[in-house]
Parts: sequence; C-alpha cells; structure tokens
Amino acid sequence: MYKTALYNLHKKFNAKFVSFAGYEMPIQYKDGIIAEHNLTREKSGIFDVSHMGQLFILGDDKLTDKLQEIFPTDLKNLSINQSKYSFLMNENAGIHDDLIITKISDGYMIILNAACKEKDFEIIKSKLGEDFKISLSKDLSLIAVQGPESKNLIEKIIPGVNKLKFMFGGDFKFNSNNIYVTRSGYTGEDGFEISINNNDVVKFVETLISLGSNLIGLGARDTLRLEAGLCLYGNDIDENTSPLEANLKWAISKNRINSNFPGAKKIQRQINEGVTKLRVGIKPEGKIIARESTKIFDENNNQIGKITSGSFGPSVKSPIAMGYVNNTYTKENTKIFLEIRGKKVSASVCKLPFYKKNYYKGDINVGS
Amino acid sequence: MSEVKFSKEHEWVTISDDVATIGITKHATELLGDIVFAELPEKGTSVTKDGTAGVVESTKAASDVYTPISGEVVDTNQSIVDDPSKINNDPEGDAWFFKLKVKDLNEINSLMSREEYEKFAKESTN
Repeated sequence: MYKTALYNLHKKFNAKFVSFAGYEMPIQYKDGIIAEHNLTREKSGIFDVSHMGQLFILGDDKLTDKLQEIFPTDLKNLSINQSKYSFLMNENAGIHDDLIITKISDGYMIILNAACKEKDFEIIKSKLGEDFKISLSKDLSLIAVQGPESKNLIEKIIPGVNKLKFMFGGDFKFNSNNIYVTRSGYTGEDGFEISINNNDVVKFVETLISLGSNLIGLGARDTLRLEAGLCLYGNDIDENTSPLEANLKWAISKNRINSNFPGAKKIQRQINEGVTKLRVGIKPEGKIIARESTKIFDENNNQIGKITSGSFGPSVKSPIAMGYVNNTYTKENTKIFLEIRGKKVSASVCKLPFYKKNYYKGDINVGS
Repeated sequence: MSEVKFSKEHEWVTISDDVATIGITKHATELLGDIVFAELPEKGTSVTKDGTAGVVESTKAASDVYTPISGEVVDTNQSIVDDPSKINNDPEGDAWFFKLKVKDLNEINSLMSREEYEKFAKESTN
C-alpha cells in the first residue's frame, strides 16, 4: 500500500484511513464528513490528492500536434498556463480517464486519476512514440485548497495567486522552492491546486492549517463533487460511456469535432444521431439514499437506467444522485422510480449541479 | 428497568416489565459516521432475534439494524427518522429505535454486559 508524503500529518489529525487506488488515504478526520463538507463550503478545506498522477510531457509545436491526435481538445489555441478538462478515449469513445491538461512553458502537465495513472501513462507513451520526454512524477505532491476563504489564506503564503483566473495556473515559490498553482478544483467552490515537492508539502499544509484552513477527507470530497454535479471516474464515467452520454459535450472543443482523435467517429455519430442514454441528476423523494448500481424504472416497471453515484448532499440537505437513463426520460422533473432494498421509491430527474458554483473568472465572480 | 445488554451486531437493549427498548451503540455510530437516514420497523410487526428490523445510512454506506431480541413492535421513535443526526448525538439515550413486547425474556441471557461488549467492540475494531 502506498502512502502520500502527508500520511503522518493525517494520522496526527486523527484521520480514518481507507484504501483507495492502492493508497492509504484519509476518508475523514475526527469531526466527520458533514462537518468537513460544510467547512469547505463556508470556509476553507485542504485535500491531499497526491495519489493522483502528475504527468509531464516535454516538447514544442510538434508535441501539440501529436497530443491533438490523442485528446479531443483544442490545444493549439491554449495559452501558456491555461488548463482544459479533457478525456483519454478508446476508439469507441469510451473514457479511459478524465483529466486536466495544462500548457506549461516547456510542454504539458496532465493531472490523471489515481486508479488510471499507470494505464494512462502506457497508452499516452505508446501513442507519442519516442520523440518526446514523458514522465509520471514521483517527487511531487498535489494539494487542493478549496472554499471561499481559501484565496485569502493562500495569498498570505503565495503572494500573487489570487490574480489567477479559473482554469489558469502559474509558477510560484514556497520555501524558496518552485511550485505550480492552478485555480481549479473538484468541489464546486473557488479554489486552487498546488503541485509541490514532497519535501515541502508538510510545511505547506501545516502553514495553511495554522492560518485557519482544515484538512478534509475523501468522504467530503465525494459529497462536494456530487453536489457540484462532477463525475467520479469509475462510477459516473468509464470505458463504456462516451463524453456525450456523460453530458460532457462541452469538454470536446468545437473545432476538433471533425478531426482525428480516438473515438472521433463515434462522437460525430452521437452528435448527429443523438445518444441512447444520458447522465442526469436525480432527486429521490424523502430522505432515502440511492447508492451506486440502484436500478431506475419508469412508471410501467420497465428498467430505464442505473444510478452511478448517490449520497446525502449536506449543503442541499437532501439525498442526491446521478445516473444514466434512456434518452426519453432525461427531461427535468420526469418522474422515475428507484429500486431500493426491494421497494420502489419515487424520484425525479433534475438539473445538474445540485449546488451552484461560483468560480473566479476575472474582475467579477460569474456563476457558470 | 433491567441492566443494559448488547449484541454482537452493535445494538443495545433495556427491558422494563415485558417491554424492550432497542437502539444502536455509540461504538456503532462511530463506525458508521454521520447518519443521514433511518428506517424503522412498522408498529404491530413481529421481529425475530437477530433478524433485520431497520436500516441506517451514513454519508458512506447503508447498514441493516438487527433486533437482539424477539417480539412485537409496540412503538417506534419517529424523531430519529425526521432528524437522523440525533442518532450520532445520543445513540444510547434519546435516539432509541423501537420498543418491543418481548416474546421470551430468556433471550436476553445470550447478550453481553457492557463490560463484555466494550471488550468485544475493541477486539473487533483491531
């Protein structure tokens, strides 16, 4: 079992650990998931996401051309330090992984899901050939700092970060060493992700805690992202779902739709002909919780889909879920039925996200 | 009121005359985390020792609640259905789950004392 550089600090803060993608990770600390969720929404939370992959590929314009054959994203028009959400897809447009690509001065940095990173590395490496230097970092930790007070706390340690716009990054210093900071996250809150050397990460996190931020476990990370309508790889998207079925068409660059990347033909066909299933938000009636794999039925008892993520939403104060339904049941307020412990529970299709986000896009805060 | 007794499934029970009051232990709530849903048996139903008699769900997962003793359900605590966080706050007090008219008082002999339960809980956690 792998441990992150923050393992002993998690222990000191009474973390309960779970095994996740081969890592021993904190699921919660002593106050529990709901308290941690609320701290992130109302104040500031620190997430150790060092289990995620930090992939670096070095090269110039030739690399950009080559990467456009791998990803459905317009990388040519990406400015330096700009990030885009993208996918590594198979020929059938199934998703090997969802990821964030950032253009850096000497190439690209790609953040990968922990459970997929080794596999992604092999796929990308084999597609790139021998012309470019590619490495999956072992020396770097990744820390997310999320929530409305985070920008002021982090500005005290890293002057200038507050100027970053959503989905942009830059080089900064901590402890006179280089760090890379992006304004991004997975909670629906304004926040930052910091790529920092393993040797500096304990001091960095301890400093944030001393300024008033709080360690948050994977449990709250899951309820936060679910409220924000964000997909969890392996649950809500996988090799059998396409970005269009996952309702993530926005992440495929318009000027790339008719070009040649893995799965392009399927994507083009789904754009022209529509999809047979679609990811939607689902609100069960009452307090009952619909977990992953719960079957979804129509009023005539025909199975029309399946829940892929479900929990209690501490900010919306009700159970929430996401899942796939046949394309005729995707309209808001469509009544559906969930089979939970042998009983049919009524629910309705609803808009995502459950919780409205507020990302920093420049001079004014614009809800997206 | 009898001495409180405990089951291996982390329920507690006290008996007054022939009515048992049942809930889940503090140790169980610590394992479960924040409880956000509770389902109780219906009044009038008969439940059998070690059979399921409800469900609790935390932010993490769902767990069955078992009855440590057989009998007929005579009362349920709707306040924990309305506000499941009460179960975390006072699991061995106000947040009882249901009351039974006990079928066989001898069944209680197979349950653990507090001391035995605490030892059991500690060992099963490690």
